[in-house]
Amino acid sequence: MTGFLDSLLNGLALGSVYALIALGFVTIFKASGVLSFTHGSLLLLGGYLVAVLHDDIGFAGALAVAVLVTAAVAGALDRLVLQRVGGTDPHAAHVQTIVTIGIDIVLVTDLARRIGGDLLPLGDPWGSAVTDLGPVTVADSRIAAILVSAVAIGGAFALFRFTPWGLSLRAAAEDREAAALMGVRLTRVRTVAWCLAGALAALAAVFLVAFPAPGLERTTGQIALKAFPAAILGGMTSPVGALVGSMLIGLTEAFVAGYQSDLHVLGEGFGDVAPYAVMVLVLLVRPAGLFAAKGAARV
Amino acid sequence: MSDLRPLLLRRGPLLLTALLLCALPFYLDAFWLRIGLFSMAAAIGAVGLGLLSGTAGQLSLGHAFFLAVGAYGYVWLAGEPGPGLPPAVAAVLAVLLAGAAGGLFSPVAGRVKGIYLGVATLALVFLGHHVLLTADSVTGGFNGRSVPPLELGGFTFAESDPELTVLGVPFGAEERLWYLGLVLFAVTWFTARGLLRGRPGRALVALRDSETAASVMGVHVARYRSTAFVVSSMYAGLAGVLLALSFRRVVPDYFSLALSVDYLAMIVIGGLGSVAGATAGAVFVTALPLLMTRYADQLPLVAAPGSGGGSIGPTEASRYLYGAAIVLILLFAPDGLHGLARRTRARLRRRPSVTGPPGSGPSPAPGRAGSDAASDTTARAKEHTP
Repeated sequence: MTGFLDSLLNGLALGSVYALIALGFVTIFKASGVLSFTHGSLLLLGGYLVAVLHDDIGFAGALAVAVLVTAAVAGALDRLVLQRVGGTDPHAAHVQTIVTIGIDIVLVTDLARRIGGDLLPLGDPWGSAVTDLGPVTVADSRIAAILVSAVAIGGAFALFRFTPWGLSLRAAAEDREAAALMGVRLTRVRTVAWCLAGALAALAAVFLVAFPAPGLERTTGQIALKAFPAAILGGMTSPVGALVGSMLIGLTEAFVAGYQSDLHVLGEGFGDVAPYAVMVLVLLVRPAGLFAAKGAARV
Repeated sequence: MSDLRPLLLRRGPLLLTALLLCALPFYLDAFWLRIGLFSMAAAIGAVGLGLLSGTAGQLSLGHAFFLAVGAYGYVWLAGEPGPGLPPAVAAVLAVLLAGAAGGLFSPVAGRVKGIYLGVATLALVFLGHHVLLTADSVTGGFNGRSVPPLELGGFTFAESDPELTVLGVPFGAEERLWYLGLVLFAVTWFTARGLLRGRPGRALVALRDSETAASVMGVHVARYRSTAFVVSSMYAGLAGVLLALSFRRVVPDYFSLALSVDYLAMIVIGGLGSVAGATAGAVFVTALPLLMTRYADQLPLVAAPGSGGGSIGPTEASRYLYGAAIVLILLFAPDGLHGLARRTRARLRRRPSVTGPPGSGPSPAPGRAGSDAASDTTARAKEHTP
């Protein structure tokens, strides 16, 4: 039973961190139709900034700076590079998606060179402390991950629902042309979307490298790729779908890892790749994801 | 006789290139031949991916998986432990195996489109890597397996057996594999161009441009999508076999997501939807890191490997260059190297008729020359007036 509860809590914590990243994917996709492969490097950038700055300005200050800088970098990439690619080509979003791969290669190479072979501590306040919750023992970092993610995701949903920008975003996702004719400034909407996604990625970085993970390393950014299945499962255009998908992925990973001894047929470390197996199974049944809006094609 | 000359003129550049490629092993050392071999293998794989992503508009990040199926399929089928088939048979079966793997994925590949497919194929790379690491008995686990050399009718593509010296040049593994690579690449080149210019190619382009319109015109959407996927994985399998033969050892970590991204970069840098472009991109992406490593000590800003201390090593320098190349090419020349070459050629062809004396250089058909020259002069006049 404790094994079950352990896996459940681990899964929820992991899922809520994935949700931060997946929500970024969905926001960007809604605003621009681009799938961001730059997220790995944005995550790494956020984590790196916290790791470098926390000695001088404390963890909270470092986190604030990291979130702001990562958001600014993401917004600048969109405004200065991505929006200039492809022009009026109907496949512009595809081309921009490939450009994000190029950007990611450059950024990750540079950050990995700076990090080198080291494990950088982030200096977070919860460290390796644990709390006893009835029968199970949970790392404080997991609890913090769940709480902070809940607040951040709630904030993001409030932005979608109650602000003029959120309204523009939803309008743009519904019908780009009509939204533009109604006076929605598409370029600004998508730049803000990139900023929000960058900020969420930087936040996610802090929890991905917190205890029991050893610290920030050059490969940390690759974890962002696991949020892809989460976003795709949800249908790419639905924030709620991204949330559900992330939880599904997080729980799958935690339970497969938790019950590994019973699943040894699948090989050691199957937990790391289980999210992808789940994604393929879901796509077989619903090729556009669980929560995708039914689109009508016009010729 | 009169029929032969225009044919020779038209096919001249191709024949000349083929002759040149055949002559290279007599002049280059093993290092350059290896670069050539890897480039040829990469080009075969890139042409396959180009069919899928460039022509059919389906983004695939699973190419590394199919390369791995080809490479490991060959090693297992031809080696011990394994059925120990004759290597030539094993090579053919490995290509078919890669195609079958693509076919197994076709329930997804036929229905999921564009960017969604890109992410779905990510699953193949990660799951495949996991299988390569865990299925020790077939793949050799983390340390991989060594590759049995190819044998064709008593002739081995390795250092010896039989010893071979042609025109005073000893023929080792690289020289022999070079010719094998050339033949395989030629097969790829002509079959892919045939596919692209024929009915399947046109159907795929129609599908890319508008799915609804294509299906109304009678293109079976799901069937063409999954067939494109299967054909593309067979090219990847062939590339995998050639890569395994040139590496002489296969390890799981080579077939990672980064390799898939490399192949995507090749076709983007080369220009989507063109066989020649995919080839050029493959040579660029493959040769760049190898050349950078070899000439690291002569390049400015680049430190020799292992000199450490936060300096930029050759591997990193080539990754900067190639990430930047993707971004810059899509920013300034969205049709890649292929489009760039076509535009340059068109410009060169026009120039002599304006500046050079009459009769010099290849003059285009008389009817077109006049109008081209006129438009060229106006274009230049515009350039010089601001």
